[in-house]
Amino acid sequence: MEFISPLWPAYPELFLLGAVCVILVADLFVADENRIVSYGLTLAALAGTVVVIWANAPVRAVYTFSNMFVGDLMGSVLKLFVCIAVMMVLVYSRPYASLRGMFRGEFFALALFSTLGMFVMISANHLLLLYLGLELMTLSLYAMVALQRDSATATEAAMKYFVLGALASGMLLYGMSMLYGATGTLDIGELATVIGEGGVLGTVLLLGLVFVVAGLGFKLGAVPFHMWIPDVYHGAPTAVTLFVASAPKIAAFAFVIRLLGQALGAEIVMDEWRQMLMVMAVLSLVIGNVTAIVQSNLKRMLAYSTISHMGFVLLGILSGDENGYSAAMFYVLTYVFMTLGAFGMILLLSRAGFEAENLDDFKGLNQRSAWYAFLMLLLMFSMVGIPPTVGFYAKLAVLQALLGLGDVGIALAVIAILFSAVGAFYYLRVVKLMYFDAPEDVAPIAPRADVKVLMSLNGLAMLYFGIVPGPLMALCLYSIQASVTGAY
Amino acid sequence: MQGSHLLSLAIWVPIVSGLAVLMTGSDRHAGAARVIALVGAILGFLVTIPLYLRFDLNAGGFQFMYIKPWIEAFNVNYHLGIDGIALLMILLNSFTTVLVVIAGWQVIEKRVAQYLASFLFLSGFMNGVFSALDALLFFVFFEATLIPMFVIIGVWGGPNRVYAAFKFFLYTLVGSLLMLVALIYLYTVSGGSFALPVWYELPLPLDAQILIFLAMFAAFAVKVPMWPVHTWLPDAHVEAPTGGSVVLAAIMLKLGGFGFLRLSLPIVPDASHHLAWFVIALSLIAVVYIGLVALVQSDMKKLIAYSSISHMGFVTLGMFVFNSQGIEGAVIQMVSHGFISGALFLCVGVLYDRLHSRQIADYGGVVNRMPVFAALFMLFAMANSGLPGTSGFVGEFMVIMGSVKVNFWYAFAAATTLVFGAAYTLWMYKRVIFGAVANDHVAHLSDINLREFLVLGLLAIAVLWMGIHPAPFADVLHVTVDELIGHVNESKIPVQ
Repeated sequence: MEFISPLWPAYPELFLLGAVCVILVADLFVADENRIVSYGLTLAALAGTVVVIWANAPVRAVYTFSNMFVGDLMGSVLKLFVCIAVMMVLVYSRPYASLRGMFRGEFFALALFSTLGMFVMISANHLLLLYLGLELMTLSLYAMVALQRDSATATEAAMKYFVLGALASGMLLYGMSMLYGATGTLDIGELATVIGEGGVLGTVLLLGLVFVVAGLGFKLGAVPFHMWIPDVYHGAPTAVTLFVASAPKIAAFAFVIRLLGQALGAEIVMDEWRQMLMVMAVLSLVIGNVTAIVQSNLKRMLAYSTISHMGFVLLGILSGDENGYSAAMFYVLTYVFMTLGAFGMILLLSRAGFEAENLDDFKGLNQRSAWYAFLMLLLMFSMVGIPPTVGFYAKLAVLQALLGLGDVGIALAVIAILFSAVGAFYYLRVVKLMYFDAPEDVAPIAPRADVKVLMSLNGLAMLYFGIVPGPLMALCLYSIQASVTGAY
Repeated sequence: MQGSHLLSLAIWVPIVSGLAVLMTGSDRHAGAARVIALVGAILGFLVTIPLYLRFDLNAGGFQFMYIKPWIEAFNVNYHLGIDGIALLMILLNSFTTVLVVIAGWQVIEKRVAQYLASFLFLSGFMNGVFSALDALLFFVFFEATLIPMFVIIGVWGGPNRVYAAFKFFLYTLVGSLLMLVALIYLYTVSGGSFALPVWYELPLPLDAQILIFLAMFAAFAVKVPMWPVHTWLPDAHVEAPTGGSVVLAAIMLKLGGFGFLRLSLPIVPDASHHLAWFVIALSLIAVVYIGLVALVQSDMKKLIAYSSISHMGFVTLGMFVFNSQGIEGAVIQMVSHGFISGALFLCVGVLYDRLHSRQIADYGGVVNRMPVFAALFMLFAMANSGLPGTSGFVGEFMVIMGSVKVNFWYAFAAATTLVFGAAYTLWMYKRVIFGAVANDHVAHLSDINLREFLVLGLLAIAVLWMGIHPAPFADVLHVTVDELIGHVNESKIPVQ
């Protein structure tokens, strides 16, 4: 027993916090035309965080701050991907943001604070800390959505996001208080022990569980708690949509794993939340895929596609074993990079005074630039889940985990598959517009060199991990085993 | 364990050449793209020849095996190997790719590099399907073929190409995704293996077998295509460019038939027996009903498309009578249909390139202006009707022989194709080729050039060779088919 808790598992958070404070102050002394300095500092801070995470990755779970904070392998892996995703967001959104007056200190500071919130969520071992991280992340996101003060749609989106988000947080908190009432603890490890021993008051526990799952549904954007997703994705400036749609999903995944997989992972309660998740997953697949078909705005279409992807993630989680969790983790990571690529492409095609956010803006992209059309083709086929792209293995892993559930699993797998075939239609429509139609917009596409390289890497990664998915899959499985199911 | 690299070459040579073709970029370098594509296609064909020469006729099992771990988390291996059936399919595929590249030489003018690269990718993926011994690898290649074909139909196709491309893609996607569930189920019950040889020995209760059979049937029946899920094919064929039609008819349809032989029959033999009546009924409907549908078509490509469906009905019939004549006949029929339908689509392509019409009514008296073409077209039309001495006869005859052994009426219904097939093919031929010169456009036709002659001539040799001396094709099949029959006739229901 150590008397002073070790500090090193929290080094990434501490480093990031220090860096944000420095950037916040330093930015005050930077003139608007030199904003690139803050941008550089932000990227450097994230790169530094990557190094710190790498250097401090624990193999076994380490608890600190009176057991409120856990450093484990899953956490480190997820944080690493969060950092990479946020860096990609910054690079993709730089040209877009600077043309629209968003390339300011607030943008960087909010992004980093939000990242810090994600880190805290990922590493929390206590429901209150989990909640704190969540609020830090979402409050920063609300502000980011509203960053374009003069835009009516952005303000409306921020308002909707805030009201619904606050409602969800309230539910979550209410649910947590009931869990506390039933078990007398908020510590994730103790919760699992107390519930596992049995004798906990069933109704209170169940009621708490319902509220917690509803809150989680909001944060993930699963049907029937999905209403905010299309409006926020559509209304927010695309640079912010890119952010909202990517890294927070990784944190939300960690949130679900910590709450359902760890705190409420005992057999008795698992059967309860499994049924709720089933309903949410199936509804998400149905409504997400069917509604996406009729969208003419690409951002809205991707929003509904997100909902359907979250259905798949839920399917992985409800399998409730290490295969299921690692499949869900693999799915979330691939989803994040597919989404980054797709929204990044919208940013790439947008220019001063023009948002390439309608499907028709992609018409004839192949004739305007064969390379970007090809990258988008890879991204779209990856979202459908056609081999040899990585999206196929994400779906495969989830289906494989599902079949472990027996007949119910087979039925769910068939539903999932039929609706992903429905989903294929709208992704293919993007391919159709790019390849089969003649261009309407003939403006030259000349992105900055860094965007060009990153976008190419992003698109080709779909193919690379489609041909060599093994290492990433093994990493997911290993980190889940090390952190959640405790096989190591 | 390692092994022969020949199959890997057959898969990757076309794909790498496809990448090289893409590198040439825009249409300014179309000439370079064509040359690279031709060299790639010929190389791709040359590397498959040693497969035939070194194939051991008497050895059972799979040859040219190669195995290497691929996705260790799922125990998936890059596992290749072929039997006699796959050998013929690979040769047919690589040979057809060369012809398609030559056939598109002048005809395709926009985005040449992408067009040629798509065909090379497709060729590599299909060789992958034929040589995969790991179910997931099989599935990956099987699905990957959709992407280039979707683009081929959608970009270079006719007026209604978008509808056709979507229909093609979604039909086949739904079918194959259902199969994916079955594959994952088999992976689970086999204790975590995707290896086909393991699955061949896996005992399964009948109800599970039936579900697996139906799931696989969804994938392969759409691909074959069998009645009533055939409706994507006429659309896809009519809208696809000539090269696309050729590849579609000659090889992609064979993926379905091949899938039945590689997966369905040996993995779920009891379900195959149990549901054979169903498959046979659908096959006979395809042979008879679709044959009649072909008779009334006014569009040449559509007519050949329906004729393809009808001929593929023979293939599935032959497979599900479960005797060696039937199955060997089915495989021979697949190869022969690859040559004949490919040739017929090329013939229509020759006419279409000159007059930009596929309507039978727009032609007439073509023989007066294109005698050489008319002679070759005659040969292929006869082969399509199943004239003895052409490849079309051998497969059909064997299938009919095989089905007589099981039930006379199967054979009787199947044999009507000899009447209908002759009727629709020769009637079309008569209306297009014979008679007086129909109009001014026909009067200005010029006969086929050297390139077209080369392509059609090669196919003519293949059709005649296979018709007169089928032994080189049939010999590689005997041992494989005997083994397959052994698998099919051995019940896998666990003994209580």
